[in-house]
Amino acid sequence: MNDNIVIRVEGLTKQFGNFVAVNHISFDVSQGEIFGFLGANGAGKTTAMRMLCGLSVPTSGHATVAGYDVERQPELVKRNIGYMSQKFALYDDLTVTENLRLFGGIYRMSRRDIKLKTRQLLTELNLTNERNAMVRSLPLGWKQKLAFSLAIFHEPKIVFLDEPTGGVDPITRRQFWEMIYRAADRGITVFVTTHYMDEAEYCDRVSIMVDGHIKALDTPAMLKQMFNAPTMYDVFLALARQATRG
Amino acid sequence: MNQLHSFVVKEFRHIFRDVRTMMILLVLPVVMVLLFGYVITPEVKDIRLAVVDLSRDDLTQQVVDRFAQNRYFHLTGTAGNPTQGRAMLENGQADMVLVFGEHFAEQLVHSREASVQLLLDGSEPNQAAARAAYAQQLLLAVAQELSATMGVEPRFQIQPVTHALFNPHLRSEFNFVPGNMGMILMLICAMMTSVSIVREKEMGTMEVLLASPLPPLVIIIAKLVPYFVISFINLVTILVLCKYLLALPFAGSLWAFMGISVIYLVVSLALGLLISTLVRTQLAAMILSLLLIIPTIYFSGMTFPIESMPVMYQHVASFIPARWYVAAVRKLMIQGVEVQHVARETLVLATMALVLVSLSLATFKKRL
Amino acid sequence: MDQPIVIVNDVRKRYRRVEALRGVSMQVDEGEIFGLIGPDGAGKTSLLRILATLLLADGGTATVDGLDVRRDYRRIRQRIGYMPGRFSLYQDLTVQENLEFFATTFNTTIEHNRHLIDDIYQHIERFKRRRAGKLSGGMKQKLALCCALIHAPRVLLLDEPTTGVDPVSRKEFWEMLFKLRDRHGISILVSTPYMDEAMKCDRIALTQDGRFLTINTPQAITSSYAKSLWSVRSDRMHALLDDLRQWPGADTVFSFGETYHVTIKNGHDSEQLRSHIAHRGHNDIHIERIDASIEDAFMALGDNNTANVTL
Repeated sequence: MNDNIVIRVEGLTKQFGNFVAVNHISFDVSQGEIFGFLGANGAGKTTAMRMLCGLSVPTSGHATVAGYDVERQPELVKRNIGYMSQKFALYDDLTVTENLRLFGGIYRMSRRDIKLKTRQLLTELNLTNERNAMVRSLPLGWKQKLAFSLAIFHEPKIVFLDEPTGGVDPITRRQFWEMIYRAADRGITVFVTTHYMDEAEYCDRVSIMVDGHIKALDTPAMLKQMFNAPTMYDVFLALARQATRG
Repeated sequence: MNQLHSFVVKEFRHIFRDVRTMMILLVLPVVMVLLFGYVITPEVKDIRLAVVDLSRDDLTQQVVDRFAQNRYFHLTGTAGNPTQGRAMLENGQADMVLVFGEHFAEQLVHSREASVQLLLDGSEPNQAAARAAYAQQLLLAVAQELSATMGVEPRFQIQPVTHALFNPHLRSEFNFVPGNMGMILMLICAMMTSVSIVREKEMGTMEVLLASPLPPLVIIIAKLVPYFVISFINLVTILVLCKYLLALPFAGSLWAFMGISVIYLVVSLALGLLISTLVRTQLAAMILSLLLIIPTIYFSGMTFPIESMPVMYQHVASFIPARWYVAAVRKLMIQGVEVQHVARETLVLATMALVLVSLSLATFKKRL
Repeated sequence: MDQPIVIVNDVRKRYRRVEALRGVSMQVDEGEIFGLIGPDGAGKTSLLRILATLLLADGGTATVDGLDVRRDYRRIRQRIGYMPGRFSLYQDLTVQENLEFFATTFNTTIEHNRHLIDDIYQHIERFKRRRAGKLSGGMKQKLALCCALIHAPRVLLLDEPTTGVDPVSRKEFWEMLFKLRDRHGISILVSTPYMDEAMKCDRIALTQDGRFLTINTPQAITSSYAKSLWSVRSDRMHALLDDLRQWPGADTVFSFGETYHVTIKNGHDSEQLRSHIAHRGHNDIHIERIDASIEDAFMALGDNNTANVTL
């Protein structure tokens, strides 16, 4: 089990002036796990995620992602992860294939691999006919699915998803999660934040952050049992109510 | 009224809370004036003056005496004819030659107007321009004094005709100050106004404002007032800097100057408003405003004299507000002309203001 | 019954190639919370902007409080409180300054309508000297709601006020809306992509691709769900999804939190389903008949319209 740990976080802390955004958090994530990272607005999720992606230097503590230290080897971390957020995922003014080629290039894939995987991905997503369409002309649901495929295009060890399904229709949202499942089954670790509490149920394990601390971390079933709550929504409410910072 | 007041207060808050905006608004103009000022601060003491007096009458003598007494000039010699005068310039014996034509006194007394020729070494245009300006001012003062002591009404006018040798067009660096004013005011008014309006579009606050009963006119006026006030402060700052730090002369009517500056401010503000109706992002507003600055630099007469431009370019120039403003300011500041001599510039600018304001009011959208 | 406060009649809107509204009609009654429920791009924002007099419809008519959105836009603007989808307050002004500014914008004062915002304002009062940009998402929404209420509008038009807001803040926000409806009789037209929020509305329009799939009370919509719906669970959830899909009796299979929601075709029943998945090696099988949720209803109704289902 220990050999399979792909994210190891120990006492990770980030402080901005007097404000401790992330306060000494520790957890491990194993390979192929779908790890839900929940928390109220302002609880410190984004800050923590930035540190794990090698975008922000921790004030103290350390974390290894895909075997690399986020502080000392951020470039190696970045090469081995995929990232997708609701805000930015694809270049709207490039076509589907252009986006794929661009990101394949960024992640140093060989030309042959890019070509091969592009064809495979287009068939999988049923986008072959739209391959030369500008991304902005695609419906939102397609875009999000394409963005996810792009985030795992280079077969990263871990993919970070920041509220990937915001505003997406219910059917696409489910298709999106099925894609996540398939990626996890292939051994890609999925680290995901969401505001949809039903999606928390889809995760193997869920952590809930409150005021910079991780207040709970377990499987959804165990969490519900622990808090004697019927759904993850109730678990979240019970925990997030303790928050003091606005 | 209450709406307008609170909107203006809000605008000032935005400005005061954004350090970068504050820097652009208040520091940039000072820096620019000092920068150009440093370049143009001319050494105007000890102007070596040679005189060619073909008239040899009492009045020319009085004028020459006045020059001799002035602390900036000192008389270095006389020449019998203009050619000799030129020679003195050329071999560096004099910095300036004052040439009185024949029958100077007669002309002045009869027609109340006479001209003198100023020959200058134009190889150093900054200095030459400064020297010419001092000589012009002195001539103006002398003419007034003479008419006062002789009790002549209307007063004498001594028209200086300046010839800069070696640099016939004498790129008057005094254009830099009016030119700079034209540029700075345009930059602040147009760019800041358009950016601040477009920012509200970008942030989504315009959506809320439009959905409120706030009349669009109030929004517009409230957006313009702060930048008008700040530009006016800049105007005064520049004037004060010019006068006390750069020791530039201010010959004409301050009121006329302020008046035409206000009209120019309105033109610039209206341009900013117009830009804001055309674009959606702050970046685009900034780029468009900067594009306004380019013709201001090249076509205002600030860097290239309008008179020496090809005719087509002169026509282009006449559409550039700064061209008229710079011309008016130059006349008012340096040449010290009467108000009626800038009537044309004033009229053109006022028309531009009217057209631009109506155009931007018409294009300002009441909806998204 | 009074005249409806909002009447929308066959409203159409198109942006170049995209048809945002394909002729929608609905009414919001006085004192009700009406929800526009649907994903991004369904046309919710366009409709709210048309009602807020910010956009002109290409066709159809709409009135707010009896006033035509095209002709009487000035008077409508006095009577509505509008909250756009993005946070639209001045981030560099403090909470207090924002409120004061919007009060004077509507020619009123904070004190005058204090009773309306008091409940909400007390949540943010301790931050009143803080700049709006430094507030958390939930606080920002509360401040925005205060600003939209400051002139005691007859109707609130709220465009996705809870998007990107965490569940706790969303819950609080809805409680505020209930108070505004119950205590002050304010009518509220609110859009949201969160299906679970539909149940909080008095009536809803399920919205997709510029059309209303249905308009009714949420209860009526869920109870009119035509098919029999089953919740299915086993010990191997990932594998269960494929196994369910491969069962010929399954009509639709969707994941719902910790279970799958399955509709069964005519001629098949749940016992067949149980033996099918047991046969595939699943243990701990739970199958129970359940009532449909709004999300089930949305997917059932929307199914016919979304051609682009790719699996």
